[in-house]
Amino acid sequence: MPKTYISVLMITAGLLLSGCQSLHKEPDNNLYLQLGERTGIASVVEDLLYLIVDDERINEQFKGMDVAQFHRNLTDQLCELSGGPCEYSGRKMRELHAAMGITDTQFNALAENLILAMEKNHVPTAAQNRLIKQLLPLYPDIRHL
Amino acid sequence: MIRFSNKPAAARFAPLLALGFLATPLAMADVGSRLWATGGVTTIEGSAGGGLVPWALLGSYASDEEWGSTVALSRAEVDDYTLSVAGAGWNWNNRIEITVARQTLDLDSLVFTLKNGFGLEQDELNQDIFGVKVRLAGDALYSPWGQWSAGVQHKRQRDFTVPQAIGARDDSGTDVYFSGSKVFFAAVLGRNLLVNATVRGTRANQGGLLGFGGDLNNGYEFMAEAGAGVFINRQWLIGAEYRQKPDNLSFAREDDWWDVFVAWVPDRRLAVTAAFVNLGDIATLKDQQGVYLSLQGSF
Repeated sequence: MPKTYISVLMITAGLLLSGCQSLHKEPDNNLYLQLGERTGIASVVEDLLYLIVDDERINEQFKGMDVAQFHRNLTDQLCELSGGPCEYSGRKMRELHAAMGITDTQFNALAENLILAMEKNHVPTAAQNRLIKQLLPLYPDIRHL
Repeated sequence: MIRFSNKPAAARFAPLLALGFLATPLAMADVGSRLWATGGVTTIEGSAGGGLVPWALLGSYASDEEWGSTVALSRAEVDDYTLSVAGAGWNWNNRIEITVARQTLDLDSLVFTLKNGFGLEQDELNQDIFGVKVRLAGDALYSPWGQWSAGVQHKRQRDFTVPQAIGARDDSGTDVYFSGSKVFFAAVLGRNLLVNATVRGTRANQGGLLGFGGDLNNGYEFMAEAGAGVFINRQWLIGAEYRQKPDNLSFAREDDWWDVFVAWVPDRRLAVTAAFVNLGDIATLKDQQGVYLSLQGSF
């Protein structure tokens, strides 16, 4: 391969890499915008709550909770995870789920309901997938693994 | 016996349609909790996976407190052969998968080769496959390192005359495999990417339909298999698979297999898979390509 090609490749790669770095400096709120900002997220969480209440697999786990507080906390959490200007003020996920003994079945049920709630709110497939990707690191905390 | 290779396609696929209607009444029961399309589909050997390659995913939608079952009918029509498969599977707690499958290979034009060359009157080969797969660790969706499973497929020829005549040593054999699967969320233009890799130890000729072991090689060999697919959305998966094969018989060269597939999973109860398959040379007949269609019901 001629040297000019190699240098062009290296310069291109360098530009691409520096481009990525500068992107990371500014908060990326694309996902937040795709979810319809805090209002859109609040609407998804509201539909999620309706689905949870009707879901025999998991509704026991939510018995006696403060619905308004849960709605606010989860909305803030999804807002923050998607790059929005919110701050989750609830308890740490691991501590919160410590005594609940959440099974894979229950985790899957919640994931299913979240996807259905996003579909009901016309969240595009790519945005749904991106949000779930942001939520994946919470899996070991919620399952207490 | 004369075989009607020009039967209307509708008639040939009729059993598949019948399964579709059968699966509908089962819809009332609870289907497991794992997310849509994460049970894979039923392979030609009965284990959960794609079409040709077993994946680390376990069949049905059973999660850790559930059990689930699948039934499937599949058909591959390549230039000179037709393979039909009926399979059923059972999954306990997303930990262990038990499967049975019966394969029927219509020899179509090979019938004449066998009659003229070997004086054999045989128009089909049958094989039963009993499979067990265990999920060793991880979850394909939620674990960063993916899901890892190991399995066995015990295969028993029901008509050994032809395989024996062409040099196969045994009428039964057991494949062992180790498989890893991982879904990468939002990996391709925001779409989820499913990747599978499988290593199989096997002595099987053409998956066992031509018996086990042969004059060129009679021992276990490791074969690499792989599959990848992109979820367009939660109902549509498109992808491709590759399966390396041994070459144990001097009678005829055996080629690797590959396919490109599209799977439609309208909900958990039904999965429809269509594929273009390339099975290479099979028992002296060259370059066997064609279509594959599979229907799976889960309950």
